[in-house]
Amino acid sequence: MLSEQSKQTLAELLTHYPPDRKASGVLFALYLAQRDYGYVTLQAAREVASLLDMDPTEVMGVAGFYSLLHTEPVGKYVIDYCNDLPCALRGSGAMLKKIEEKLGIKAGETTPDGLFTLNDVMCIGACHRAPCMQVNLEFQEFLTEEKLDQILDMLRAGEEPGFNMATEKVVEPWAPIGWPEDDGSSVEGEAEVTTAKDGADETPPIPGVG
Amino acid sequence: MSESKYILLRERDIPGLDKIDVYTDNGGYRVWQDTVANAVPPQQILDTVKAAGLRGRGGAGFPTGVKWSFLPKGVYPRYMVVNADESEPGTFKDRELMEGNPHQFLEGVALGSYAIECNVAYIYIRGEYLSTARILQRAIDEAKAKGFLGQNLFGTKYSLEMYVHLGAGAYICGEETALLNSLEGLLGQPRLKPPFPAAVGLYGKPTIINNVETLANVPPIIEHGAAWYKSIGTEKSPGPKLFCLSGNIKRPGNYELPLGTPFRVLIEELGGGTLDGTPIKAILPAGASAPILPGSVLDVPMDYESVAAAGSQLGSASMIIMGQNDSIPWAAYKMVSFFKHESCGKCTPCREGTYWAKSVLDRIIHGQGMPDDVGLVETIANQMVGKCFCPLGEFSTSPMLFTIKHFREEFEAEVKGRGIARNWRSAVPQRLEPILLEKEL
Repeated sequence: MLSEQSKQTLAELLTHYPPDRKASGVLFALYLAQRDYGYVTLQAAREVASLLDMDPTEVMGVAGFYSLLHTEPVGKYVIDYCNDLPCALRGSGAMLKKIEEKLGIKAGETTPDGLFTLNDVMCIGACHRAPCMQVNLEFQEFLTEEKLDQILDMLRAGEEPGFNMATEKVVEPWAPIGWPEDDGSSVEGEAEVTTAKDGADETPPIPGVG
Repeated sequence: MSESKYILLRERDIPGLDKIDVYTDNGGYRVWQDTVANAVPPQQILDTVKAAGLRGRGGAGFPTGVKWSFLPKGVYPRYMVVNADESEPGTFKDRELMEGNPHQFLEGVALGSYAIECNVAYIYIRGEYLSTARILQRAIDEAKAKGFLGQNLFGTKYSLEMYVHLGAGAYICGEETALLNSLEGLLGQPRLKPPFPAAVGLYGKPTIINNVETLANVPPIIEHGAAWYKSIGTEKSPGPKLFCLSGNIKRPGNYELPLGTPFRVLIEELGGGTLDGTPIKAILPAGASAPILPGSVLDVPMDYESVAAAGSQLGSASMIIMGQNDSIPWAAYKMVSFFKHESCGKCTPCREGTYWAKSVLDRIIHGQGMPDDVGLVETIANQMVGKCFCPLGEFSTSPMLFTIKHFREEFEAEVKGRGIARNWRSAVPQRLEPILLEKEL
């Protein structure tokens, strides 16, 4: 079952869209389902479908379309290592081999202990800080073998690195909900949304016009 | 706004600009407040942007004010959708803008929304930019707390809400109609045009879709006026532009320069030339999507018209640089692999063509190419040109056709077993400059 917290977060998110357009929340709902279930299971897709008035087949189709949604089990840490052209011109291919050796798996595989999934991905928008990767969507940039060892050791010890190696900026632990902080404060006191209504002949909303 | 040599990347001169207090201390949201509180007619904002000649920075370079004027009269609600699905290989400009100077971007979204008379703006940001989305959400929350966004702004009847919508990893969602489908909860596949989104867009309503950088240009335009803006850049391509420099280059990063600056200034003077010191062999001016250019174009000005005249597109201005020792067939393989991976599967030419071309290029760069294989890649591409459903399919033919057009001898050498691509794949030396060089500029 989706957690109560997830259901509540989703309900809050759905206020961003017109009331009859719940399907707009499907990607967000699938991120939540992925967090609660580990990946998008059939059961999760059914639950999301019923919450959003969609068909489970549609939901599963959406989950299969996007590369950040997983319809198969993945490791606790998903490493998306960029090996696209700009990074490859700076030698990302050599570093990929090193990661594969260190983890003992090839790109696209998961370690037998279920800790790491390694993906060889397309551009993640950090070409100027190559070699780069994302661990559960947090950037790690300007990788060197030393930094890589450090990150993998921390993850194996159950700690999140908590900062980007390039910018040394502290990042919050992975939680694809309730940005920026996961304490729900960002959604409190939000004025009721009255403007996203569907209707063809509303009066122009700007004073002094029409 | 303040004394910064930047118009867009102002955070490089003004530390902490991502915080709302710093932004307002430097003149931020003043234009927005004046506009709403004085009930400036939306048409006036639109006319100023049109007169400034601002062109869309997402790639197509279409005049923004003209786009805004395409909305059908009297049909409401309307939507502003911001395309922050920056996924073109080699592009990272919107990320820096949203992370470093989020409030100028949001003020631009606000002014754009006001100009097109809408009350809801969605910012569709790629899933990989989760950390950027958090920064944006924080900025929106700050702006709401200060009364710059929300209901009944500045005591008027005008309300504006902004929502961040996180994508989930699909290059195709950068195509505007695919983005709308994704936002509606459908598969991110493109829609048939016409009708264009300005007439039938999000939820079937008139919708304007603008790029992040485009909208970040709007507050300075409104503040300083169209004449000031037109004094920057060239006559037909006015204004500043962010150029993303990556690949085989000493100082990669974002550079803010007037449109019309020659390639040489960006690549040699600012970028420091190639990392390995070899001459520039090739430039990809817009990531994987636009035709490759040979190194001989260094003196061409980087504006929409000049780059087109040189045989390519300025696009999103994500320059990927290649040096004399870099293998073009290998790069072509990498780019076609990208398109094969990102093809949404809707139309057959793109889905099958990219798959086929990738397989042929794969054997070419592994020394298993057959004598006709170079011609075969061209044939595949020529069968795709003009037959793909959306521009992204068309783009995928660029790395097939133009790499061969300019560097045919390299492909033939591969087929004859004398190429360098085979070694290249496994033996690229790691070229690292682990310093934040772009911050020093």
